[in-house]
Amino acid sequence: MEDYVIEMLNITKTFPGIKANDDITLRLKKGEIHALLGENGAGKSTLMSVLFGLYQPDSGTIKKNGNIVKISNPNDANDLNIGMVHQHFKLVEIFSVLDNIILGVEPNKLGFLTKKEARKKVVDLSEKYSLSVEPDALIEDISVGMQQRVEILKMLYRDNEILIFDEPTAVLTPQEIKELMSIMRGLAAEGKSILFITHKLNEIMEVADRCTVLRKGKFVGTVEVSLTTKEELSKMMVGRQINFKVEKENVALGKTVLKVENVTVASRLHKNNAVKGISFEVKEGEIVCLAGIEGNGQSEFVYALTGIEKISSGKITLCGTDITKASIRERSKSGISHIPEDRQKFGLVLDYSLAANLELQRYWEPLFQKGGFIKFKAVNDYAERLIKLYDIRSGQGPETIARSMSGGNQQKAILAREIDKNPQLLVAIQPTRGLDVGAIENIHSHIVKQRDSGKAVLLVSLELDEVMNVSDRILVMYEGKIVGEFNPQNTTVEEIGLYMAGAGDKSKNTQKGGEAG
Amino acid sequence: MKKIKAFFKKRGVASFTASVISIIIGMIFGYFLLLSFDSTNALYGLKQILFAGFKSPEKIAKVLYQAAPLMMTGLSVGFAFKTGLFNIGASGQYLMGAAFALYTGIVLQQPWWVAMVAAALGGAIWGSIPGLCKALFNVNEVITSIMFNWIGLFAVNLFLSNTPKILADYYGAANPDRTADLSAANVKAIIPTLGLDKLFGSTFMNISIVITSVIAIIAFIIISKTTFGYELKACGLNKNASIYAGINAKRNIFLSMLISGSFAGIGGGIYYLSGTAQYTIEKVLLNMGFNGIPVALLASSNPIGTIFSALFISYIQVGGDAMQPEFAKEIIDIIISVIIYLSAFSLLIKGLITRQRKSKKIITAVQDEEHDNEVNKEEGAK
Repeated sequence: MEDYVIEMLNITKTFPGIKANDDITLRLKKGEIHALLGENGAGKSTLMSVLFGLYQPDSGTIKKNGNIVKISNPNDANDLNIGMVHQHFKLVEIFSVLDNIILGVEPNKLGFLTKKEARKKVVDLSEKYSLSVEPDALIEDISVGMQQRVEILKMLYRDNEILIFDEPTAVLTPQEIKELMSIMRGLAAEGKSILFITHKLNEIMEVADRCTVLRKGKFVGTVEVSLTTKEELSKMMVGRQINFKVEKENVALGKTVLKVENVTVASRLHKNNAVKGISFEVKEGEIVCLAGIEGNGQSEFVYALTGIEKISSGKITLCGTDITKASIRERSKSGISHIPEDRQKFGLVLDYSLAANLELQRYWEPLFQKGGFIKFKAVNDYAERLIKLYDIRSGQGPETIARSMSGGNQQKAILAREIDKNPQLLVAIQPTRGLDVGAIENIHSHIVKQRDSGKAVLLVSLELDEVMNVSDRILVMYEGKIVGEFNPQNTTVEEIGLYMAGAGDKSKNTQKGGEAG
Repeated sequence: MKKIKAFFKKRGVASFTASVISIIIGMIFGYFLLLSFDSTNALYGLKQILFAGFKSPEKIAKVLYQAAPLMMTGLSVGFAFKTGLFNIGASGQYLMGAAFALYTGIVLQQPWWVAMVAAALGGAIWGSIPGLCKALFNVNEVITSIMFNWIGLFAVNLFLSNTPKILADYYGAANPDRTADLSAANVKAIIPTLGLDKLFGSTFMNISIVITSVIAIIAFIIISKTTFGYELKACGLNKNASIYAGINAKRNIFLSMLISGSFAGIGGGIYYLSGTAQYTIEKVLLNMGFNGIPVALLASSNPIGTIFSALFISYIQVGGDAMQPEFAKEIIDIIISVIIYLSAFSLLIKGLITRQRKSKKIITAVQDEEHDNEVNKEEGAK
């Protein structure tokens, strides 16, 4: 007889028209790390919301330590010592770390804060679980990794026993992920039970004890991680075999498409430059990847490349034409397509229909308008064609409001729009962020197809797997500079990880220094 | 194309029902209000509100007369809304339009249509300044347009008091504090009636309601059929995405405020060129501009909807006048404000309506998908 700290038995939750959870059973042992795996829309979040008291299940029971409990709201969950780190942190930016941790359970005497004990408890906890934080630093000043540690401390401060991590690694660097994994192991060793929501198979293999897989709202199975393989898990998750290796044809390199010379871009966040004089080229038939940890100038560089941001010095040449001063529209016309980092903020007008979004970069072309009047039939036909060609799934075809589409299909729509422009250069930032394995496979194949047809691709990615699998050449950016260039065939994830974290740069500098000396 | 049409119809239907629901609730509230003031006459009062506007051709003329400028300020607010801007300065733009129109008509002795163009120009100038501040310096348009209401008011008052040729006493009337009666100053500047006044038996009747309805239709075409409207809406819905797509967001903010202002300006022109109204120099902002906000809200910023919402607001205002002396006509203001409150809720009601419709669709989609799942499962079992 094994001890289960939490049991969710035969949970069914129906939304109007959708069975989000259909007879799902999840048992969490004390002290284990239990992964919850599933594609987007598989019902992971719904199940966790049921556990957290945000939704009431239609049927099924929840037991804690063998006793049936009723969780009607998050306060009940908190009383049962269930805590959650949300994917998007719930922190007050202008409060200190300590203030954020005690927020909601402020220790006080007659209404006056008594932070001294709280501080001691926080410091003790952070030492015990090696969660290094600075209690007095403001949230807005600390790194994403430390913000996450603050979230974890928040749970520990409330003496939570069951810790839910909702896609915790999505925002972290490879090194921070490693650190988080060891923190999670430490927590489990101390007897905390962890539910780890993810769709990244590598992380499950590395850290989890058991894994429950959901697909389309249904329970597929719970497996011992040590007795399974990545391939098997992915098959359980998607329902078919997934090809992890990206197939690429041999393509001869052609002319230089993009030439970047000494480009410097000022930062909007701080006084330093975000991009500090970088130079490189992208040729026809190659995928060049700008790898780097978030916030090292990649986004700013792409904004400058596509014209959204001004460059303070340097020169950008596209197919021999100087486009340094060209407007966004002119760059788009001259052959740059841009798959933006934030698909909802930049890529789509969410309240527009799918058809209107698909013409967003081309609505002004004679194909779609005459004398300023939109040709609705042409727009609609075009949308129908792209929907078929790129397998964009939507409830009401071209009329579907973009907001109502799933993330994967939103991304497919952007991809379709940008690739169908037949660009000389495709710039894609984080094109697979937050997508599940099936969608990633689809997007990668389109990007590679673009390369195979002799076009240039500039890919910006934080995902090392993506960097290694898709690209032909890797440029690592660190603090606004390119600190290394690699061929994915002759390098390892570890080496690139080191350069991304700045260690490579230092070692190279000392090397250079040594040579000079 | 047919599909798109059907779809927009459906969304339109949802907004329309939502507005009607808030009007009905507002009326019920109004009835209770009347009951609490004077229970014996409450039913009479409600009858007046509901039916007085249709009682005689003369009343209908009054409704149409008031609806015209209201429609313009409603269009003004709604058009800016579509671009994501809150033009609370319609009052100032309306007044600017009126001043430009009166100056052109009375002092420059121009015909009515020239004065109308001047009105549009005045409103456009007054609307474009906050637009320019927003586009160039990212100054919140709400604050600047409120300030421009007051700047406009005092600038106009100062200008009019120092322009003797525009005032009523110059033309022999007794009041020095208001603009001249157009029938005395320049008959050509009065908006033509084309015999409508005789048809309705009311001096209030002229072609202004036709003009404003045509402008509303033009605004509708601009917003929903042209690439310019596509750009404006994109800027309003997602500024970042419109920048990403190479749309000149700054230019569009400026143009949107300019067009919005010109609509309000035309409203001012229409009201004061009717021949029955004279502008009185007072230190009070004109309500007509602010009433454009509920008109736009009630119509969900749809220009065609604005035609009907303006007619409605004007209709119950006339009804409110008709319940005097049993009730104070201010009661109608309370009822209107209740409806305004509810019309803000109408967005919510609209959401509920569309959600229900959506979920029905999802059910069918999911049933298909579930069928697929079962097939998959069977395959998996094998």
